[in-house]
Amino acid sequence: MVSVLEHDSELRRRAWDAAASVVDPEIPVLTIADLGVLREVALDGDHVEVAITPTYSGCPAMNMIALEIEIALERAGFHHPKVRTVLSPAWTTDWMSEEGRQKLRAYGIAPPQASNSRRALFGEQAVACPQCGSENTELLSEFGSTSCKALWRCKACREPFDYFKCH
Amino acid sequence: MAVANIQVSETPLVLYALRRADDALILGHRLSEWCGHAPMLEEDMALSNIALDLIGQARELYSYAAKVEGRDNDEDKLAYLRDVRQYRNLLLVEQPNGDFAQTLVRQFFYSAFADLYWRAMMNSRDTTLAAIAAKSEKESAYHVRHASQWIIRLGDGTDESHARVQGAIDHLWAFTGEMFSVDDGERALIQAGIAIDPASLRGRWLTRLSEVVGEATLELPRNDWTQQGGRSGRHSEHLGHLLSELQSMQRTFPGLTW
Repeated sequence: MVSVLEHDSELRRRAWDAAASVVDPEIPVLTIADLGVLREVALDGDHVEVAITPTYSGCPAMNMIALEIEIALERAGFHHPKVRTVLSPAWTTDWMSEEGRQKLRAYGIAPPQASNSRRALFGEQAVACPQCGSENTELLSEFGSTSCKALWRCKACREPFDYFKCH
Repeated sequence: MAVANIQVSETPLVLYALRRADDALILGHRLSEWCGHAPMLEEDMALSNIALDLIGQARELYSYAAKVEGRDNDEDKLAYLRDVRQYRNLLLVEQPNGDFAQTLVRQFFYSAFADLYWRAMMNSRDTTLAAIAAKSEKESAYHVRHASQWIIRLGDGTDESHARVQGAIDHLWAFTGEMFSVDDGERALIQAGIAIDPASLRGRWLTRLSEVVGEATLELPRNDWTQQGGRSGRHSEHLGHLLSELQSMQRTFPGLTW
């Protein structure tokens, strides 16, 4: 009995690790586990079902991520894995791991701030430049190169940079 | 058209989801028409990103409508294989882009409403609609902020930009009343706690509009005359043209996939 349980948890760990190794195709420095997009890896015998949640309703990376998960699981020896999408509870930037935030900053993208400034019509928020650390920065566009990012510029080092919006 | 239209059994809940899905798809499509044409690159990306959010919301709502209906329709069939008279969106969202001011005023009227609407719908007794609402309200918060900032910038800008935004407000105002009207089917859903009464949002919607419009040195029209019909399939001439473009691929090559 004990050995069966150990076998199960070992399998589950392998399945989780395989799914968690998939990276966001648009921000390849982050895994879907860092992002908080990976919600659940359920095991029924040898069959794996993975639950993911979209960051934004129309995020075009979701199809790609689902496909990559299936490939990763097949490679790890799990056949015909299933990936389903869950909406609730809705993803927020609070789901992003601390490690994920650090990776983002090192990659040149300012990580999301606390999610209370979203409602302010002209919210004052200071976003630190991921290059030089200065808070002397300005918003160029609320909508950046992907749905989840805004475009900012540092007035100290003059570098433009992406900011991962709080959500 | 090469492919026959599908039939949809419009029970009150199916119709309710379909109407909101159609709003999001048609407005998303309109915004996507700006892709490559916006006045500057940042704005091109902004409008395309908002379009993407709306089309994502539409997909969730269509999928839910198809599931509730329980026949063999799905999100794609609902979007691509219904004709003009089967579409249930607000007249407001199908209005042509016009100039940049007209697009932004349409966006402002709609997103100021959608933001309040989705936040209220998070308390729906229907768990799927509540989940879609929780997702959508985060997006609409950005949409209304984006539109508000433009209304102020253009209204409080040059004589030309001021005149254009004021003209767009006067022109589109008559289409806003439809957002707050309900029929008997929706009234039953409201009583069941599945839908919310949009009339209860009107005061806050007007307050939001007044703040922004005041800051922009613009004025809201004083008349309340409304043009309705979209919710029951009576559309302006513009929707047919939009659908002919949106649906052309599926109508020409049925079942085509990427």
